[in-house]
Amino acid sequence: MIKKFDVVIVGAGGAGLRAAVEIPKEYSCAVISKVFPTRSHTGTAQGGVCAALSNMEDDSWENHAFDTVKGSDYLGDQDSIEVMCKDAIRAIMELEHMGMPFSRNEDGKIAQRQFGGHTKPADMNDPYGKRVSVKRACYSADRTGHVMLQTLYENTIKNQVTFFSEYFVTELLMEDGVCKGVVAFDIATSELHIFQAKAVLIATGGYGRVFRITSNSHAGTGDGMALVYKAGLPLEDMEFFQFHPTGLWKLGILVSEAARGEGGILKNKDGERFMIRYAPTVMDLAPRDMVSRAIITEIREGRGIRGSDGTDYVLLDLTHLGKEVIDDKLPEITGFARTYLGVEPTTDPIPIQPTAHYAMGGIPTNVNCEVLLNEDGDIVRGLYAAGECACVSVHGGNRLGTNSLLDLVVFGRRGGKAIHEFLKTASFGDLNENAGKETNGTIKKLMDSKGSEKISNIRTELQNSMMEDCGVFRTDEGLRKMISKLKELRERFKNIAVQDKSRVFNTDLVEALELENLLLNAEATVYSAYARHESRGAHTREDFPVRDDQNWMKHTFAFWKEDQDPELKFKPVVVTRFQPMERKY
Amino acid sequence: MDIQVKILRYNPEKDNEPYYQDFNVKGVSEDWRLLDVLHEIKWNYDSSLTFRRSCAHGICGSDGMKVNGRNRLACALLLKYINTKKPIVIEPLPSLPIIKDLVVDMSSFFNKYEVVKPYLITNTPPPPDSERIQSNEDAEKLFESAKCILCACCTTSCPSTWTNENYLGPAAMLKAYRFINDTRDEGADERLDILDTPDGIWRCHTIFNCIEACPKEINITWHLSQLKKRISSREM
Repeated sequence: MIKKFDVVIVGAGGAGLRAAVEIPKEYSCAVISKVFPTRSHTGTAQGGVCAALSNMEDDSWENHAFDTVKGSDYLGDQDSIEVMCKDAIRAIMELEHMGMPFSRNEDGKIAQRQFGGHTKPADMNDPYGKRVSVKRACYSADRTGHVMLQTLYENTIKNQVTFFSEYFVTELLMEDGVCKGVVAFDIATSELHIFQAKAVLIATGGYGRVFRITSNSHAGTGDGMALVYKAGLPLEDMEFFQFHPTGLWKLGILVSEAARGEGGILKNKDGERFMIRYAPTVMDLAPRDMVSRAIITEIREGRGIRGSDGTDYVLLDLTHLGKEVIDDKLPEITGFARTYLGVEPTTDPIPIQPTAHYAMGGIPTNVNCEVLLNEDGDIVRGLYAAGECACVSVHGGNRLGTNSLLDLVVFGRRGGKAIHEFLKTASFGDLNENAGKETNGTIKKLMDSKGSEKISNIRTELQNSMMEDCGVFRTDEGLRKMISKLKELRERFKNIAVQDKSRVFNTDLVEALELENLLLNAEATVYSAYARHESRGAHTREDFPVRDDQNWMKHTFAFWKEDQDPELKFKPVVVTRFQPMERKY
Repeated sequence: MDIQVKILRYNPEKDNEPYYQDFNVKGVSEDWRLLDVLHEIKWNYDSSLTFRRSCAHGICGSDGMKVNGRNRLACALLLKYINTKKPIVIEPLPSLPIIKDLVVDMSSFFNKYEVVKPYLITNTPPPPDSERIQSNEDAEKLFESAKCILCACCTTSCPSTWTNENYLGPAAMLKAYRFINDTRDEGADERLDILDTPDGIWRCHTIFNCIEACPKEINITWHLSQLKKRISSREM
């Protein structure tokens, strides 16, 4: 069945919904999502969304931009970062005007708190001297993402946006370098639909489920990235995957940096505040890549605590904050500690370990969310991307906390605006009569397969190996092992069995398609990590422990090649006002 | 340990009506979530077992289901809090049409949510370059109701919903509360008009099932009673 819309948005998290709100009513717009919009992963973000509002103390967007560039370990494109940090203030006001409930300060303005890596000069006359933490994160208790997602969804209801919920997109319709729509199947009925469109925006989020311990929801399989990659378009900087330092032990459930923003302290088994040795000025509020490395280093040197599952953890101590602060400002995360670990955070420290959290890399775009065809910056007509699945690149080698929610609303809106502009002159092209045949074939093959491989086994092996060999610390040997493991898993994937043969709500089939996407994203990640012979941001090579600005101030572009290793190309980093410096906190 | 699980199964392509299937699940531990048990079954016993889930820690609201007679989120319920000496009975949320196994058709639930105009209604334009002023005290009055994750555990646990499918139900009315009590909103009257109808708030008979079902521990009945008071005082 062919459906025609001026715009198709794939994904209904923060970026997709914000883009949808931006499309004027005279254009038809469909939002396709594999989960109901309010189930999207944006809702799990906790601590805040940042902008230099100066509601609590003096701050400036330039401070924010500097922190973002430094936090990115100088891999972020500074033109994009300037766009985001300047627009942040307007974006927060817009959310407030849309109805988002925020915690407030004494003047009734939006309250702000400290967060990792967000700083300002201790002395305003010495802009590049010593820096101190600044209150820049706007929040709504520790449910900032939840209320943001609700607010954006509410605004799409107000604007009467058309949704196709629980539809799974399987294919990008690309003809002669132009995107003409997508193919999706309705999970409830297995019916295939062709969505013909003048413009498509991908906003499908991250792929944390490629790792064993992750804060990401089960839906986080990077479907949009894999769609683009398999269509022969590049994925950028996939070697940069952020491990959040404080995942709940065993489960990986996020314990927001807001816990440390409010004064929480990390301790090793000796009760020592170990961050003092790694980041003497900001300590526990150092950026995530540094804190995660510090935790793993403590554990490797024997100062972790051995858990009953055989893994090691350290402690996040909130006990000195008092019950009132904990209950008022951190109710959700302390609830997780009680529910899942039986730990009472007002009297006992919380066991935590790093958890795979955020993809800095993704579908390369320019600042208008137009998808890049290649490392020269040429664009793909009719194709846009925004949010975690995209790489603008504002996060570079390491994202600062609270910059992800900001990214969603700033670039979701910009994508919507760019599409609006494009629609003024765009028209529907002719659709190839074979459109949808490929998906039909893929699904038929999976459904008819009598293979012996179990989907869950391949996925578990992938997640374990990625955790082991492509996690916080990486080596040449580990990555080579991972490459051969991937080859093995890809072969075995050809022999998988979808055991549920039903056409009604077949989640077994969905898991098979998601697994293929995980394998594709893992491939781009591992090969990019193998090639980058330096340590920068979240990409730490033990065999190349230093950042190498001479050779590696560039973004990796990975191109999929059928039955071959991916091809890697490179694009220089955009540097405007901040020259690379040593990254110390 | 090993546990017995009894799950209501239904595949409309081959079953005339739902039936219970027993699983003997081996090697589980008391700190598992019930969702982990469902995954264990799906991944190692019967991959046709169908349920929704996503975040797996009680935020996305996907995996509401009936467990031993009570509506729960499978990901927010640990085995140590269930009597595992007896079979655990798992059924889909009541009163909604079953699509397959534990997956129900939520469209009527979300239609009711849309009826209460779940968005900020304003006539006064906001200040152009700054936020509207709201005291933290006023902001925090909304937080409890804004916690709602739309899992439908409350609405489908309510006997008033069971006897009248048109009843708006607690989740939709809690959403109405969240906006009616927002100092920035100017749509209270039109929403109160919607609640003050035969299928609206007066069908709430303070049975408290919603509170017991809510995985976010929201005191829903209290919020609804405030709305009732507001409507009554309006009529005075």
